[in-house]
Amino acid sequence: MARDWRDLFIVDGAPPPEQEAAPATEQRRGGRLRRLRESLRKTRQVLQSEIQATLFEDLNDETWERLEEALIYADVGARTTAQVVEQLEREARENQLSGGQALSDRLVELLAEIADTGDDRIELLAKPTVILVAGVNGTGKTTTIGKLAWHLSRELNRSVVLGAGDTFRAAGVEQLELWAGRAGVGFVKGPPEADPGSVAYDAVTAARRDGADVVIIDTAGRLHTQDDLMAELGKVRRVIAKLIPEAPHETLLTIDATTGQNGLRQARLFSETVEVTGLALTKLDGTAKGGIALAIAHELGIPVKLIGMGEQLEDLRPFDAREFARALIT
Amino acid sequence: MFDSLAEKLQATLADVRGRGTLTEDDVSATIREIRLALLEADVNFKVVKSFTNEVKERALGADIIGQLNPGQQVVKIVSDQLTELMGGAAHELSFSPRPPTVVVMAGLQGSGKTTATGKLARYLREQYGSSVAVAACDVYRPAAVEQLVKVGSQAGAEVYQQGTDRNPVQIAKWARERAVAEGKDVLIVDTSGRLHVDQELMAELAQIKDAVKPHDVLLVVDAMTGQDAVNVAEQFAKVVDFDGVVMTKLDGDARGGAALSVKAITGKPILFASTGEKLDQFERFHPDRMAQRILGMGDVMTLIEKAEASYDEQQAAELERKLRKQDFGLDDFLEQMRQVRRLGPLQSLLGMLPGVGKELRGVKVDEREFDRLQAIILSMTPQERRHPELIKGSRRLRIARGSGTNVQAVKQLIKQFEQVRKIMRQVSQGRMPDLGALMRQAR
Repeated sequence: MARDWRDLFIVDGAPPPEQEAAPATEQRRGGRLRRLRESLRKTRQVLQSEIQATLFEDLNDETWERLEEALIYADVGARTTAQVVEQLEREARENQLSGGQALSDRLVELLAEIADTGDDRIELLAKPTVILVAGVNGTGKTTTIGKLAWHLSRELNRSVVLGAGDTFRAAGVEQLELWAGRAGVGFVKGPPEADPGSVAYDAVTAARRDGADVVIIDTAGRLHTQDDLMAELGKVRRVIAKLIPEAPHETLLTIDATTGQNGLRQARLFSETVEVTGLALTKLDGTAKGGIALAIAHELGIPVKLIGMGEQLEDLRPFDAREFARALIT
Repeated sequence: MFDSLAEKLQATLADVRGRGTLTEDDVSATIREIRLALLEADVNFKVVKSFTNEVKERALGADIIGQLNPGQQVVKIVSDQLTELMGGAAHELSFSPRPPTVVVMAGLQGSGKTTATGKLARYLREQYGSSVAVAACDVYRPAAVEQLVKVGSQAGAEVYQQGTDRNPVQIAKWARERAVAEGKDVLIVDTSGRLHVDQELMAELAQIKDAVKPHDVLLVVDAMTGQDAVNVAEQFAKVVDFDGVVMTKLDGDARGGAALSVKAITGKPILFASTGEKLDQFERFHPDRMAQRILGMGDVMTLIEKAEASYDEQQAAELERKLRKQDFGLDDFLEQMRQVRRLGPLQSLLGMLPGVGKELRGVKVDEREFDRLQAIILSMTPQERRHPELIKGSRRLRIARGSGTNVQAVKQLIKQFEQVRKIMRQVSQGRMPDLGALMRQAR
């Protein structure tokens, strides 16, 4: 399970040089945890009355109802919620589970198990490793790419090229270009309103030519219901695969943590088109808990790999299933 | 699965529909399904709770049980209750008697504020002939100002911008003064996306409001938002007391329960619906239709209006005459398809029909199919188009070659045409065809 950037990425040979002393890393992690807790405390008042109190009482029908509501409230969805609650009920019936802390612990464990699906690391062995990023409008694709590039370049010393495949949204290319400048990485764009496939082609070609380690292809936001735009996305993928048969090595789907049950449809349809290998769960710094990621992991087996917790560069983090599970119910 | 619960709801209601009496157990079962459907539609769970309680109370009322068709009444109660909660009739912006009317757009990151700003500008220009200016106050997101410059000018609005170095409150103030000086009818202020829990940025939004004294503050809400919509709306209501809501991304397949949550919790009306990437895909919000959508009952009203808007009455009369005389030919068939295509992408049209959703799951409507059909028909002689029964072996081969298709495709087309002709005859005789059966056939 990835807890740190160095855990998240699988790289060749010697691990990248430790750039910071251990205490600093420790402190940063502390800071991250604190931020996560802080952001979640905001809704805690609401939830405490709903669930926390119940969890420390004896088990009864009300316990299960409250528990159900808490999970629904976190956007986990009715189906996954029902299964989790049923499982706990069964364990309680078989006397394997008591109320209070034991229930709370078991719940976290169960949620973490569900969230921890598949391989949640990102392999960077291929050179260049091609990462394709897709998602619905406004879910934070460009921002995620900018931050990811920054981490890869600054923390892992990888040379990175960004491909500006969002040729549709007004100023989509400019936004990515600003990020490339901040992260100090390569940037490839096409002429205005260029075909995104050709931009992807150029970016991968440039990355190969320059011997870059990673190339990240941005795409325009699109609703999963827009068949023509989804076909266009499929074409971007095919163009990349034509250049490098194994590529894209990683296809990330950005999901906004505030998204409700429609997130499942998004994940399903994007997967059908471009074989999504991981999620970037963004905007976890609000009061939304992002429980839809749990439903996606549960029903589609797509792991979360990255979480976005704010506007700052360091707010993009590797995903930690246990931490996420705890945050869901506190 | 996401859709199965909504389907279940329909199934449960259909089941109730088919029976004569309604027991208390029936009501409870229905309520359970409604609850699940609403939760799957992302209606906030507290709103769901109070909603289902009320439906139950009304459904168990004396005049329900034992009535002639109680099932239909439950459906009606649910639908009415939902429409009532959504706010009855459609609302409007409040215009200032002394222009400019100032509108401030606010919302979370990525909810679609900048696009909605452009769309609203275009809408006001088209509907009221207003001269509109938009102010670029999103100085934080990279390239947001550039985006508004592009979107705003496409919408025919003047874009007031001062780059990203000034404070957004000052830009807003300056924009207002300029709008007054230039005699604009409307000024729309685009602001940065902000989290409802970000105290600093929320305070800034309040300052912008103080600075421009807007007549309307609109909260932009993504239709795909989950349970959190309530927190967002409550916070924004507390800080800037917004006047109405713009729902965006309604062209997706989200059921949009957030609309209901926001309305139920804050009491603020939803004014506009944004339904696509193009600037003209923006319309007044119809609460009753949204109620139907949340329940998965389709959007027949919208479809009917769309059809009315793009259907030529004369052509309709001509078609009716032909149907009566039974000389509806392939030319007319082609014209029909063109009419339907004018309504919008087939996929979205089918989504608006009640009961079709389930039938069409997994079926992709291939828009190119239409081009193929058109090519086949246009490869026929006028006589063949009027009398498709003439088309046998060698004619079929010629048509297939001429249209770049094959003999099977030509056969298939003629078979489809015969079916359509049959259905059209039924419709013209006042009988509604069974849509479900139709869809199965089409497959």
